[in-house]
Amino acid sequence: MSGVEKVSVRIRVNGEPREALVEPRTLLVEFLRENLNLTGTHIGCDTTYCGACTVLLNGRTVKSCTLFAPMADGGEITTVEGLSTDGTLHPVQHAFAECHGLQCGYCTPGLLLSTVHLLNKNAKPTDKQIRKAIAGNTCRCTGYQNILKAIRMASDEMGKR
Amino acid sequence: MYAHPFSYHRAKSLAEASKLLQQLGDESRVLAGGQSLIPLMKMRLARPTALIDINYVPGLNDIQSHNGELRFGALARHTDIDMSDAAATIPIVHDCAAGIADVQVRNQGTIGGSLAEADPSGDWGATLLTLETSVQCAGPQGERSIKLEEFIKDAYTTVLAHDELVREIIVKKPPRNSGGAYLAFKRSAPVYATVSAAVQLTLEGKDICKDVRIVLGCVGLTAIRAQRAENELRGKKIDGKTIQRAAEAAREAAEPQSDMRGSADYKRTLVAALVKRALAIAVRRARGERVEAGHEYVGR
Repeated sequence: MSGVEKVSVRIRVNGEPREALVEPRTLLVEFLRENLNLTGTHIGCDTTYCGACTVLLNGRTVKSCTLFAPMADGGEITTVEGLSTDGTLHPVQHAFAECHGLQCGYCTPGLLLSTVHLLNKNAKPTDKQIRKAIAGNTCRCTGYQNILKAIRMASDEMGKR
Repeated sequence: MYAHPFSYHRAKSLAEASKLLQQLGDESRVLAGGQSLIPLMKMRLARPTALIDINYVPGLNDIQSHNGELRFGALARHTDIDMSDAAATIPIVHDCAAGIADVQVRNQGTIGGSLAEADPSGDWGATLLTLETSVQCAGPQGERSIKLEEFIKDAYTTVLAHDELVREIIVKKPPRNSGGAYLAFKRSAPVYATVSAAVQLTLEGKDICKDVRIVLGCVGLTAIRAQRAENELRGKKIDGKTIQRAAEAAREAAEPQSDMRGSADYKRTLVAALVKRALAIAVRRARGERVEAGHEYVGR
């Protein structure tokens, strides 16, 4: 126990208002995983490198291992659990599954959110733009080729709707 | 990883933040985007006992362009600067903002935090030292304006008093016949650069160098102004020979350390190569050409 005063953190997570009293040093990713039991967001390197912990905060991707939970107070967060609707996968999730854009799947939640963020800003990214958009997400299985394929497919599918 | 425990304080204004810094003492620190401070705290390289969060201070993230100046609020995120029309008018500023670390870090990290951190490998210091830049600071006695050259004192050290904060960064727009480039060579996107070079060059006519600033990043305790390299160019015709001499002088100006990013020799070689390329791009931009430049890493 640290003896430090706990602070109240209120965040809308995947559309639901959530609240918890936490030590200020609680990282956002720990708040999501330990306090809210949303374990889809992964901790990879825990050093701001790998991007496995990527979530959307107020519509922008952040590395949730590199924010203290109180910094997100009053904000809106989307995690991988918030992507599907009524059991139907988000088109980005569907494309990753179709194209084998994952193997072990550890980096996948972060990559899905980086992709959603990219396609929200730029519906038809070039390959160069895709590479730049996922430069903060490390995948040690796929070699990235199928991830690029999946992002191209998601862009095409979302363009049709 | 858990940081050492700290108490959390949310400031609603810079005046309140300054007061809190006074009250909470030497072990308190300002929390802006947190993209340097939080990793340092998790690795216990920094152990502040109190953090003063300024992210909820209104009006600190504005980006404005008027009267030949760009003004960046301390909390302007790198992404905001990357996307801004204002920054697009100074290509070297765009080069820097668009390539710092990766998307996620750019969405959260701030220009004011980066300058106040004064990391010798930081991108903004080297970039903005090529321009007329001043840092507007707020403290208990009111505000003062500090030239960036004087603001950065040493590695991780600025002239800011403990209860003083960065409010705004003011950059004078370079003249029309001026062009610049910031090149940062990285092993991968999220890491600090191995070496970076920033150049801003003003032409007279088609190929005479009227003025130039050359600044090197990651190869000293602070970003280094390579003045001998500048002298090789100022008032002279810019061609392969003068660019080569400037690059050699820049190599001599660098004071690199061997570390995990590369040997000192390797870094000196990189300095010369990056300065040469940055100069070539700066000249083309000064002539009005659009050229892409910025951070470079494998797989980009």
